[in-house]
Amino acid sequence: MGWIYWFSSYEHTKPLALVILFVTFVLILLYVYGSKKRGEKLESYKNIPFLDDESKPREDKK
Amino acid sequence: MTTTEIGSNEQYNFEVVKKFAFMSVVWGLLGMSVGVYIASELAWPFLNFDIPYITFSRFRPVHTSSVIFGFGGSALFATSYYIVQRTCQTRLVSDFLANFTFWGWTAAIALGDISYTLGYTQSREYAEMEWPIDILIEITWVVYLTVFVGTIMKRKQPHIYVANWFFLSFILATALLHTFNNLAVPISLFSMKSYSLFAGTQDAMTQWWYGHNAVGFFLTAAFLGMMYYFVPKQAGRPIYSYRLSIVHFWALSFLYMWVGAHHLHWTALPDWTSTLAATFSIMLLLPSWGGMINGIMTLSGAWDRLRTDPIMRFLIVALSFYGMSTFEGPLMALKDVNALSHYTDWTVGHVHSGALGWVAMVSFGSLYHMIPRIWNTKVWSEKLIGIHFWLATIGVLLYITAMWISGITQGLMWRAFDQYGNLQYSFVESVAAMHPLYVMRAIGGMFFLSGMLLMFINIMMTIRSGRQAPAYIAAPGNVSAASA
Repeated sequence: MGWIYWFSSYEHTKPLALVILFVTFVLILLYVYGSKKRGEKLESYKNIPFLDDESKPREDKK
Repeated sequence: MTTTEIGSNEQYNFEVVKKFAFMSVVWGLLGMSVGVYIASELAWPFLNFDIPYITFSRFRPVHTSSVIFGFGGSALFATSYYIVQRTCQTRLVSDFLANFTFWGWTAAIALGDISYTLGYTQSREYAEMEWPIDILIEITWVVYLTVFVGTIMKRKQPHIYVANWFFLSFILATALLHTFNNLAVPISLFSMKSYSLFAGTQDAMTQWWYGHNAVGFFLTAAFLGMMYYFVPKQAGRPIYSYRLSIVHFWALSFLYMWVGAHHLHWTALPDWTSTLAATFSIMLLLPSWGGMINGIMTLSGAWDRLRTDPIMRFLIVALSFYGMSTFEGPLMALKDVNALSHYTDWTVGHVHSGALGWVAMVSFGSLYHMIPRIWNTKVWSEKLIGIHFWLATIGVLLYITAMWISGITQGLMWRAFDQYGNLQYSFVESVAAMHPLYVMRAIGGMFFLSGMLLMFINIMMTIRSGRQAPAYIAAPGNVSAASA
């Protein structure tokens, strides 16, 4: 259990937190902008506010 | 992406939306009236009339609670319930629980206001309510979370629209903030008085961790949720970039939690905490402007709407004020700027450019869009909306200009030394120098309040005409009436 004390030092946890959070941010950016196909799918969600405007049943746009 | 028709048994619950929307306008009128009164008390102190119940110290929390939690909070309840139903294409999970949040929230604001005038306060800024009212808010908020998450869980639309992300972030963060900031020990079960669990620097740190995140999650994230639905709807075009909304949502939610300590520069707080808060405040500029750009650019190619549509004007000017105040905030979070600006009226001006320019304007625009639709009618007077817009804009500009001049003057007078190293001005000399600017601020507030009064009249007449119209919305299977 001695390894757990490694986390009790700010000198260790601060750079560790920085690495984890920065990598997370980069992963979010890659997820959002990394694929054209996924990008188009994500952008299609912007139409959600307009989907219940019509009275008739609508088709799946997929 | 799938779309679903809303059948007769799947109609939306607009009753609770109506109640919250109505109370939002009522609290707005009340809270802003008290705001103008206390601004006038500062300019003309005789208005205190030696009556303890109406002094600045007791009326100030009445003003802040009524406008932030009464007006802003009720507008958020109304719009979040409206948006979550329409973007998830399903009814609220429980009418009873949704109704409970209305009565719980409204009672908490009313009891808070009454208790302040009677002199009860726990003296924590924007959280002055004593412990019994805090518990009522806690219960109401957990029920709100239940209703919101429950509705999302039964959605017909597979994707959760980004506005709901912002609302969920706001609800979760506010629950956390309210709980920890209000940890206190009552002196007895039958007394309103309590003492905080924290003391000294930790107490100050907790208060401003709460205070700035109230700005970040209550007054920013939640109103961005409002913006992400009503700007596209009013413009008739989808948001500029959905991907930008995702990146700026996560960046904003992460960064806000760290910046509260910038309210405590040059105090007993450790220097590294202060520097950390200033650094994160600067970084916060990017996601803040990401939201502003996303909102404003939605109108790209349809700028002419600003000439013809007063509701659109409210929404876009709100975003402009949002951009301006989120530039000013990081600037004021720098230690050297803060040394001049802190404890002065510059802070008051900054708060109001966000509160009046961003929060109130985006709420006005959203309520003007939503209210005729939920009452299934047309707005009573579009012309009055236009007049309201100009009164509000002139009011904000007068207010913040007065406070900028006043704040910088105060800061400079307080730090001026004579040739012998003594303070050049006494405090009362700085107070005297502020007088014309306090008058100007009060006049700005009067402009803003006049606009609010016009809105109250316009909304009341709109509701009246909606009530006189046939109850089209309630007809079984009628979907078009419930849509915009």
